[in-house]
Amino acid sequence: MATVASDRLFGKSIKRREDPRFITGRGQYVDDVKIPGMTYAAFVRSPHAHARIRKIDTAAAMRHPGVVAIFTGKDMTGVNSLPCGWDLRKEKNVPGVVQDLAMVPHMPLTSDAARHVGDPVAVVIADSHEAAIDGAEKVQVDWEPLPAVTVTERAAASGAPKLHDGAPGNVAFKWEIGDRAATDAAFKTAGAVTVKKRIVNQRLVANAMEPRACLARFDDATGELTLWVTSQNPHVHRLLMCAFVLGIPEHKVRVIAPDVGGGFGSKIFLYNEEVVCSWVSRRLKRPVRWTASRSEAYLTDAHGRDHVTDAEIALGRDGKILGLRVKTTANLGAYLSTFAPAVPTFLYGTLLNGVYAIPAIHCEVTGVFSNTTAVDAYRGAGRPEACYVVERIVEAGARAAGMDVADLRKKNFIPKFSGAFQTQVAVVYDSGDYGAAWDRMLQMLDYRKFRAEQEAARKQGRLLGIGFSAYIEACSIAPSKLVGALGAGAGLYESGKVRVHPTGMVTVYTGSHSHGQGHETTFAQIVADKLGIPIEQVEIVHGDTGSIPFGMGTYGSRSASVGGTAILMSLNKVIEKGKRIAAHLLEASPKDIDFSGGQFQVKGVPGKAVPFGAVSLTAYIPHNFPEGVEPGLEETSFYDPSNFCFPFGAHACVVEVDRDTGNVKILRYLAVDDVGNVINPMIVDGMVHGGIAQGVGQALCEGAVYDGQSGQLVTGTMMDYALPKADMLPMYETDRTVTPTPVNPMGVKGAGETGTIAATPAVVNAVVDALAPLGVDHIEEMPMTAQRVWKIIQGAKGAR
Amino acid sequence: MYPAAFDYHAPSSVKEALELLGKHKDDAKLLAGGHSLIPMMKLRLAQPKHLIDLRKVPGLSGIKQDGNMLAIGAMTTHWEVESSALVKSKLAVLSETAALIGDPAVRNRGTVGGSIAHADPAADYPAAMIALGAEMVCEGAKGRRTVKVDDWFKGLMTTAVGEDEILVEVRVPVLPASSGAAYLKFPHPASRFAVVGVAAAVTLDGKGMCSKASVGVTGAGTKAIRAKGVEAGCAGKKLDAAAIEAAASKAAEGVDVQADLQGSVEYKSHLCRVFAKRALTEAVKRAGG
Ligand SMILES: Cc1cc2nc3c(=O)[nH]c(=O)nc-3n(C[C@H](O)[C@H](O)[C@H](O)COP(=O)(O)OP(=O)(O)OC[C@H]3O[C@@H](n4cnc5c(N)ncnc54)[C@H](O)[C@@H]3O)c2cc1C
Repeated sequence: MATVASDRLFGKSIKRREDPRFITGRGQYVDDVKIPGMTYAAFVRSPHAHARIRKIDTAAAMRHPGVVAIFTGKDMTGVNSLPCGWDLRKEKNVPGVVQDLAMVPHMPLTSDAARHVGDPVAVVIADSHEAAIDGAEKVQVDWEPLPAVTVTERAAASGAPKLHDGAPGNVAFKWEIGDRAATDAAFKTAGAVTVKKRIVNQRLVANAMEPRACLARFDDATGELTLWVTSQNPHVHRLLMCAFVLGIPEHKVRVIAPDVGGGFGSKIFLYNEEVVCSWVSRRLKRPVRWTASRSEAYLTDAHGRDHVTDAEIALGRDGKILGLRVKTTANLGAYLSTFAPAVPTFLYGTLLNGVYAIPAIHCEVTGVFSNTTAVDAYRGAGRPEACYVVERIVEAGARAAGMDVADLRKKNFIPKFSGAFQTQVAVVYDSGDYGAAWDRMLQMLDYRKFRAEQEAARKQGRLLGIGFSAYIEACSIAPSKLVGALGAGAGLYESGKVRVHPTGMVTVYTGSHSHGQGHETTFAQIVADKLGIPIEQVEIVHGDTGSIPFGMGTYGSRSASVGGTAILMSLNKVIEKGKRIAAHLLEASPKDIDFSGGQFQVKGVPGKAVPFGAVSLTAYIPHNFPEGVEPGLEETSFYDPSNFCFPFGAHACVVEVDRDTGNVKILRYLAVDDVGNVINPMIVDGMVHGGIAQGVGQALCEGAVYDGQSGQLVTGTMMDYALPKADMLPMYETDRTVTPTPVNPMGVKGAGETGTIAATPAVVNAVVDALAPLGVDHIEEMPMTAQRVWKIIQGAKGAR
Repeated sequence: MYPAAFDYHAPSSVKEALELLGKHKDDAKLLAGGHSLIPMMKLRLAQPKHLIDLRKVPGLSGIKQDGNMLAIGAMTTHWEVESSALVKSKLAVLSETAALIGDPAVRNRGTVGGSIAHADPAADYPAAMIALGAEMVCEGAKGRRTVKVDDWFKGLMTTAVGEDEILVEVRVPVLPASSGAAYLKFPHPASRFAVVGVAAAVTLDGKGMCSKASVGVTGAGTKAIRAKGVEAGCAGKKLDAAAIEAAASKAAEGVDVQADLQGSVEYKSHLCRVFAKRALTEAVKRAGG
């Protein structure tokens, strides 16, 4: 029977309830699911960046022991292209479209040509994983290699090799936002200081710890297909696969995303392999499994970023920002991944206002195709790119104007507000106190003291620098009506179902999906608090379309604010119903019943109360029950927020550059974040810490590099692609300010991406500052490897 | 990825291992810690039909002092070298070198013999072995022979070990009095292998002049080499900052520097000089100079 909890859990750093399972190796990941009669898939992939397929000979592979079947794209008749779920077309009235999105086909197995290294052309199904791989090596593809283009700035140049008939000049779309005329005028203001810089945001690979995997089982007897898949949003996977690609009945398909070891965005999308395994399972009437090798992950998981931007800022004599002009080329890779067009447009251009009062902004984006892995949302998705442009060009502006980079920022902050701040780039901010987070960060840093130390260090020839980043992030993107008008093929609400069992134990079904975020803890804290029951009596279920109501999943830092609110709404309904049952038991009117501390009580009469557990039992054994009330205690809600939430904060990074090698060492890293109210501070700290590491990784070492000639991915293994390591990072100095959002009842914003957004420009700005005595005022490209920094030092006019 | 199919053998003596090697010849590979071989097999860059695992062969691991030499069994792990009290007291630089290899998982599996036999151009031990004047003991059907380090590294991943031989021991002389040695590296940001690594050993005479300098460079080229120009630049000199700088300026001479993502020829050559200077400075300090 339910007992009553004492402490309020909202705001408490309770340990993650899921961790014992993960750290003792008892998680259930897709690859752990074993079913009898399983077959294994291995994909035959293009070794070329671009090549026509003349012929595929599978005879030798079919003879390999253990091989069951081999399919090519030609065999998959009746199967459609993988859909792109974000449609930028004028006819759809999507704002800002200058040139319609080219909806190029993306077949699960390509049969005309391969358009990037790793593009799958055939699948070998065998009785063992080994036989499948050996079989795949024996498939003979007669390739006709074609010229390839991988470099972002060259993809749409004249004479570049064409990828798709439907995309002349390799242009995927052209889009703009802001006011061109007002921005042009701002740049003509008398006495304005204007600075233009080329800013490159390099391509990244997500590198989730668990590689992508799937297992499809078609049950011939019931006609049901079950797909276990590493997904951040199982319902979205199911919908896209059923309605768009395979044309199979949605109610006969169950998608399960069990424990998933990280996603960072890369597991949002519908991929070729999942579709192929599902199709093959229906065809062979046998279960089919596939688990990516790390090398396959590098070649096929959607990549992130890859922008080349010309950014210009105009500053008045007083240091006030007058205007911002941004021109970006975004490399989308060879095909349109599920949400690819949204990332460099509505998730990017709309954030260019930053935390500053900027009177005029204009941004143009050209999306281009190239012979590279498709690019889509990666932790932050568009917002890190926007923050990077703003925070780099603001610093460049300050340097050009001869102003202190911290003073200039402070002068331009949007003043504290709550409710609505209309930006120049469509979105309306919810609440903000940018100066407060900034001041706290400067105080922790002791900025003036640092500058004095820096001065002394410079006299000794040491290259010490500080970099800042005052960021804004947009999360829990909504409402559905708005995102629909912007081109989204999906809604952006969330579902939450609360099932109270007769004994008062509670199971919560959430459409959010945890793949590292800690929902089983955070959501349970909300439930335990609200119902006044111990957290042990709450179970959180996610990731199974067979049990949860239709949900949109986890990305864009939306789980707490959207998923959590949906649960809260259902909890409120449960309590309302409970009040009616309690009122009946207590012979009072429902409006006279209070619910707190797990007790339904007649207002002002402490003795007249029934505990939550008694009410739940009565709901299921309704012998003595109010008239007109249905038995049972279970409620479902769908929450569609009225607006985005906008977390913000101020980060600073202190670096020292080794003059001899160019190596950058981070000495201090400070972060003051404002993510609204915080449910579990420890989990938020973890999010911030990991995010900063990823942001530092982009600044200093990560980067997907393609060979310009062959189009091969040079950084295709963990021995080549440099992820940040613990010893590169100092102990972080962190704090928070709290500016609740008025958008949702809990006042929570979102914490999943802040670190990634903020850290990259802070680190790069710090290196620029360190090199400033040598005459360096800008660094165009990342990662700032030792070699790159050394070359900059060599080329600097003030170098020894 | 999965490696291609292979047969696995676990001999229990060097003799048995040699017989297997003689039988399967080119189709066989010796397996030590597996931390170079297995990754290559998983990428299918290597597809041996037979693996001869040396881990069950007794007597191939351990460190002992033999006169003025440290005798290190081929199957001794990097971690054993790193943590050995004997190595720390007699030849600390070797323990320090081992500690810079990869990460703890790599160091607990990878072996001295595997590293020296594999001769990865970016491996750490080779520079130290050159600077310290090590010898490799190989055993074949006809018995044992000893190869000096200067005759060992032949080219990219090729050494003096015969196809029908096993490297059984590495013998490293301890440093004479008034000597110091150091190994410093610029690690690859992903793999932590040496983009450039330089080991220096110097011996000073009674007047504080350099009576002997021995310098090995790894990482930059296709194989580790002895930096003869640096050694000559040090000999007979008082190794102050200026002398070290001058000597170190020769560090890239004779290195067939390979450009890659981590560095152009120019940058890697520069790193050779920087790390030669740093390693020499530290070695001289340790020698009491
Ligand atoms: C992630 C990672 C990071 C690494 N970082 C570094 C680093 O920073 N610095 C560094 O130096 N190394 C590094 N390494 C390599 C590591 O040190 C290996 O352990 C070493 O190079 C090979 O030793 P092994 O015992 O693993 O040999 P194996 O992989 O088993 O064998 C390597 C080769 O040597 C042959 N061989 C092995 N033993 C003998 C023998 N006794 N006689 C003849 N032939 C033999 C094998 O047949 C094979 O061809 C790294 C490896 C990994 C996986």
